[in-house]
Amino acid sequence: MDYTIKIGGEAGQGIQTIGDTLARVFSRTGYHVFTHQDYESRIRGGHNFFQIRFSDKPVMSSRKKIDILVALDKESIPLHEKELSESGQIIYDSASLKQKYDKPQFLDIPFVNLAVEHGGNKIMANTVATGAVLGMLGMEPGILLGIIKDIFGKKGEDIIKANGDAAVAGHDFAVKQCITCSFSAAPLAKPRMLIAGIDSIGLGAVASGCKFYSAYPMTPSTGIMNYIAGKGKEYGIIVEQAEDEIAAINMALGASFAGVRAMTGTAGGGFALMVEGLSLAGMTETPIVIALGQRPAPATGFPTRTEQADLNFALYTSHGEFPRVIFAPGTPEQAFYLTNKAFDLAEKYQIPVIIMFDTYLSDSEWTFEGFDVSKLRNTEYRLRGEAMEKLSEYKRHALTESGVSPLAIPGESKNLVVTDSDEHDEEGHIVEDAETRIKMVNKRLFKKLPLIRQEIEPPVLYGDSKPDIVVVGWGSNYGVMRECVDTLSKNVKIAMLHFSEIYPFPSMDKFDYMKILNNAKLTICIENNATGQFARLMRAETGFEFKASINRFDGRPFLLEELLEEIDANIRRL
Amino acid sequence: MPTLDDYKGQTPTWCPGCGNFGILKTFKDTVVELGIEPHQLTVVSGIGQAGKFPHYIKCNTFNGLHGRTLPVATGIRLANHDMLVIAVAGDGDCYGEGGNHLNHAIRRNINVKLFVHDNQIYGLTKGQASPTSMEGMKTKNQPFGVFSEQLNPMALAVALDCSFVARGFAGDMEHLKGLMKEAINHKGFSLVDILQPCVTFNKINTYEWYRQRVYHIEPEYNPENRTEAFKRALEWGDRIPVGIIYRNSRQMLEERIPIIMDKPLVKQLPDLSKLETTLKEFY
Repeated sequence: MDYTIKIGGEAGQGIQTIGDTLARVFSRTGYHVFTHQDYESRIRGGHNFFQIRFSDKPVMSSRKKIDILVALDKESIPLHEKELSESGQIIYDSASLKQKYDKPQFLDIPFVNLAVEHGGNKIMANTVATGAVLGMLGMEPGILLGIIKDIFGKKGEDIIKANGDAAVAGHDFAVKQCITCSFSAAPLAKPRMLIAGIDSIGLGAVASGCKFYSAYPMTPSTGIMNYIAGKGKEYGIIVEQAEDEIAAINMALGASFAGVRAMTGTAGGGFALMVEGLSLAGMTETPIVIALGQRPAPATGFPTRTEQADLNFALYTSHGEFPRVIFAPGTPEQAFYLTNKAFDLAEKYQIPVIIMFDTYLSDSEWTFEGFDVSKLRNTEYRLRGEAMEKLSEYKRHALTESGVSPLAIPGESKNLVVTDSDEHDEEGHIVEDAETRIKMVNKRLFKKLPLIRQEIEPPVLYGDSKPDIVVVGWGSNYGVMRECVDTLSKNVKIAMLHFSEIYPFPSMDKFDYMKILNNAKLTICIENNATGQFARLMRAETGFEFKASINRFDGRPFLLEELLEEIDANIRRL
Repeated sequence: MPTLDDYKGQTPTWCPGCGNFGILKTFKDTVVELGIEPHQLTVVSGIGQAGKFPHYIKCNTFNGLHGRTLPVATGIRLANHDMLVIAVAGDGDCYGEGGNHLNHAIRRNINVKLFVHDNQIYGLTKGQASPTSMEGMKTKNQPFGVFSEQLNPMALAVALDCSFVARGFAGDMEHLKGLMKEAINHKGFSLVDILQPCVTFNKINTYEWYRQRVYHIEPEYNPENRTEAFKRALEWGDRIPVGIIYRNSRQMLEERIPIIMDKPLVKQLPDLSKLETTLKEFY
């Protein structure tokens, strides 16, 4: 089984609440879940949708075909009716939409009337709709009632009961009325973890001992600030909303200089403002983690949609030369562990580390068995207390074999911590001489870079170990590419090569992935941008040229059927 | 107790006669007299002649980017509010490039001390108009004279209910020292705008020009009256008041964050024992 449910309506109608609740019901029932959202940059009106796919087998992308459409507005019907699968059903409330549809695949459910009748308030119409979907699927309402209890726990027994009654009313109505429903979703074993990419980054920061997060709200990065602020009290993390992104990165650098793990997050436009701060981190060797959420640009672009067009920007931006690390997780799970690795490398090498993601990964919820806390790396690299007190002499930018100087916390001893955005000597004081300049560039750049490169993991190979066809991608396309490989591997020898650790570009020491590429008949680079920025990076780093490329830049993610068709078209041309 | 020797830094590269020398000497006297050890203090500076200031003393230093002193200083204070954090900036640095940060640092009322070396001109880039240059001042870049109205940092700060607002004069070091001490001892964001003659590029606002105009605010003046303070802040021209213009007892940011009530953030080592419980929230 592999079902897709779409909830369509206007902004402000509660689409996300229905979607989140259903996704939680399915993950608690033990299903694999994947959700994705499509919304406009507005608080009310327009047309938005939330799509949930769930299955008894792993799912990690959205399909084009839908099985149940919950139409909260009239527009949803002409927009999505054609996406309906053969046995698909549309549920709607004719009283709310002020229209009746007579085709057999339409089921009129009085969301509002049932809410008033059973819950006592029309506000519970969405709870009725949620219950109705479960009824259509032949699922019991028990897990939903548990979730309602979690959501409304603080509002008291009456609210919980009213919502529960509304849910059951919707459920029972659908069971009785949906005579053509042929869905069957039996409960599976144990509940799965359900998490969105954006929360994974926030959780990863919390789990890495981040103590300071400063940012200016900007889609798709705001969720990180929301998550960390929510955990601030429990974990002792200060979240400061800065007046602009320039302040955000400089505050984080100040906090990091003062001795705590610090992070900032933004989207491309805000990152543009942070660029001088990035360079400041490079010069002062101040550890910092930057989450960079991509969305279609230039300028304001599509504020709420998705794209992967800031890779060149992240790679090359800033005046001057200094080492940086760039990660691009492909799943929420990778986002969690790579955020932890970002903190580890930032602290270890005293460099900026950028975690790139996009709106698609940010908003998509995935299910997992669970995250393993024991895999986290939380080494303390800073010099504090007694260790610092013992030093007879301290130089913040001391020249060392590795290029990494001891990183001390100001105020912990009489040793002073001095740094400068100007070129500086070992103590951190401003200099002008050529000799020191050369030594410092060697230290910051040439000594550290090879060590950093050794930390970078090679791309993941998934599928055939000696493939004729290799699809290559980075970041959020992991899931859809992997499912394409699963489908196509029935007929061809195909594999995916996915890069989540982008820069320094992974060496061939751990895994000779170039051999895989060189031996393939067809190599396709798949990216959500117009110019193939990763393909260009690959060529620059390895000289390799892809035989084909698939680029999407309309602000929407690749859906499974669409990408399959495009890959297949390339295979047929062979 | 710290001595002046403890604060001996590099030899300044400022022009002979620069108003900055007066500020530097006063600063050292102030921190020594207050018994502040160099490691208990962090000076954050930006770019400009004032930006070099921390290299000419000895203490923890973050010499960052042009205009960005206040965000860095804010980050340091939030991470460690046991640390005395002094931001040193010039008029171009703080009122021009970093103007937005000043507004918001005042609003936050973070306990940072901001000492502005206000010479009403750009020194490091060789003589262009600054936000505090007087209307009509001719420079190479403003051959018809400055068209924009002179920024009034005192009035701006009072309007934003800044916790401590004072003006000093680099040529009156004993008085300036008093202001610096008051600012350091004040709980809350403190702005001290220091009139500082630029002997090389500003031929209008010279030592002599300032000396003829500055006067000490009379002792009976009540700096806690905001309306009176605003009137005083507007004075400029034949008579320029120096002294504490405005002061209030707004709660400072550091006192309002529950997370750091007991101890500074930097002293709180991460406690990750609750992670497993946090992970359960995703089921």
